[in-house]
Amino acid sequence: MEKRVIFRGWWLPICLVAPQLIISIIFFFYPAGQAVWQSLFIPDPFGLSSQYVGLGNFEYLLGDKYYRASFLTTAVFSLLVTVCSMIPALFLAVCADRLIKSSGIYSTLLIWPYAVAPAIAGVLWMFMFNTRVGIVSWYLGQLGYDWNHVLNDGEAMGLVVVASAWGRISYNFLFFFAALQSVPKSVIEASAIDGAHFWRRFFDIVLPLITPTAFFLLVVNVVYAFFETFGVIHTITAGGPQQATTILVYKVFSDGFVGQDLGSSSAQSVILLVVVGLLTVIQFKYVEKRVHY
Amino acid sequence: MAAGNGMVQRTGSHLWLTHLFVIVGVLIIFFPIWLAFVASTVTQPEIVSPPMPILPGDQFIQNYKAALFAGVNVPVSKMLFNSLIMAVGIAIGKIIISLLSAFAIVYFRFPGRQAFFWLIFLTLMLPVEVRIVPTFEVVARFGLLNSYAGLILPLIASATATFLFRQFFMTIPDELAEAARVDGAKPMRFFIDIVLPMSRTNIAALFVILFIYGWNQYLWPLLITTDPEMNTIVMGIKQMFPSGDDVAEWPVIMATSILAMIPPVIVVISMQKLFVRGLMDSEK
Repeated sequence: MEKRVIFRGWWLPICLVAPQLIISIIFFFYPAGQAVWQSLFIPDPFGLSSQYVGLGNFEYLLGDKYYRASFLTTAVFSLLVTVCSMIPALFLAVCADRLIKSSGIYSTLLIWPYAVAPAIAGVLWMFMFNTRVGIVSWYLGQLGYDWNHVLNDGEAMGLVVVASAWGRISYNFLFFFAALQSVPKSVIEASAIDGAHFWRRFFDIVLPLITPTAFFLLVVNVVYAFFETFGVIHTITAGGPQQATTILVYKVFSDGFVGQDLGSSSAQSVILLVVVGLLTVIQFKYVEKRVHY
Repeated sequence: MAAGNGMVQRTGSHLWLTHLFVIVGVLIIFFPIWLAFVASTVTQPEIVSPPMPILPGDQFIQNYKAALFAGVNVPVSKMLFNSLIMAVGIAIGKIIISLLSAFAIVYFRFPGRQAFFWLIFLTLMLPVEVRIVPTFEVVARFGLLNSYAGLILPLIASATATFLFRQFFMTIPDELAEAARVDGAKPMRFFIDIVLPMSRTNIAALFVILFIYGWNQYLWPLLITTDPEMNTIVMGIKQMFPSGDDVAEWPVIMATSILAMIPPVIVVISMQKLFVRGLMDSEK
């Protein structure tokens, strides 16, 4: 789609796009290019010179068992975050959709956690499960369960998943709720007349109608789990115990800034770049379809 | 079937159960925030000898005063101020550069227009988390570490807002631009008198989303603010925990976490309609 009516001139539009172009080049394209360039070198330990190694950094990474483990960790983590944030959200949205009069109040209450930063969510959950003062871990102890996410891999993963999914429930709720509200009431009433009970109506009519939204949320939540959960992991586990919660983005940070391994960190950035590219393509392909509906 | 309930049955008992489900859901979701609030109103000894109380204590004023004016490394009021500058800076900066470039893309044909469009499109694909090391180096070379410009500029280099405004400008009737042209109005006149007022709601909705985005940033401020005076509140909380075996000052830390969530929560609740709209738009 293009405008038929346009203004004449070259200089003005170029001045208008200049600020965005300059900022993008300095803080986006140049660093991204640097990441690709640095990924082909190994700097010496003193940072004085670097040696060209071609795809050596990538070969090394793909052979590195910690890096492969980090891939697996990321996959498990994002899958769990997506499931744990979408299912409760859908359930709450279905309930709120039935409560016509009070759904507004419930929506307002449920939006809250979205505004809470992932890093703050991390602090809140870490406080509840803290091994010394946490109220939940204390009660678990009373029940005979010895909670310790500092040492136990599975518990650490569980905690970062819940803390990451928590704020996301609000987000998913809003989208599911909007989708449910747009399901034509006449279709539901027609099937009610035919004698279909609530769950039958839900699975046969409502669910198919909201699948576009569900797919969209699936992609968006995976992107969130990949890139926006750094704060949660940094505050709760710092990637531990023994890298059990080191997702890919966390590893770029810990290898690049803590470990000062620039070649490897850049190669990891490049690999992530490809992953984001794929996710974006899926998202856009998908969004095209959503517009029709 | 009760009268007045429409064709789809809504029997009393079902509705009660539904209310119950939602209320339990809301309570579970609120519990972490409630607990943080309680912890911010009691004394340190009450917390370190578990279980901590689950009803607020009487230390509210002392704890918040301690957090705001003393803090741990730096007073929390300073961190709140830094966060405010960063969030508002990101929101306004991004809105301004996006409005200008979207206006240029939609209302002009200039050499390199397509190329620019695709360049901008590419920036959608790479969150700052992915390119942290080289971006850090660029910012360091410009001497922008521990500065507001360093906190803000790298985060406004993204295209979502540009696409949003482009899409909206496409819906502005051509007649308006035509009329402006016939009247001999300069493009910028048209932009200021017609386009900007019409974009009011979109700008406001985007502001809400970008404010929260900026306020909640963690990794970037963590990297470039080594001086506690420049810490933002969201990243500063982690710095309040002692390294090693010392016991954390829980009441002050939890008061800080409550303070950190108040501004974005107020923005979301008070502008709920705009917020939901902005959210749905920016994901499209």
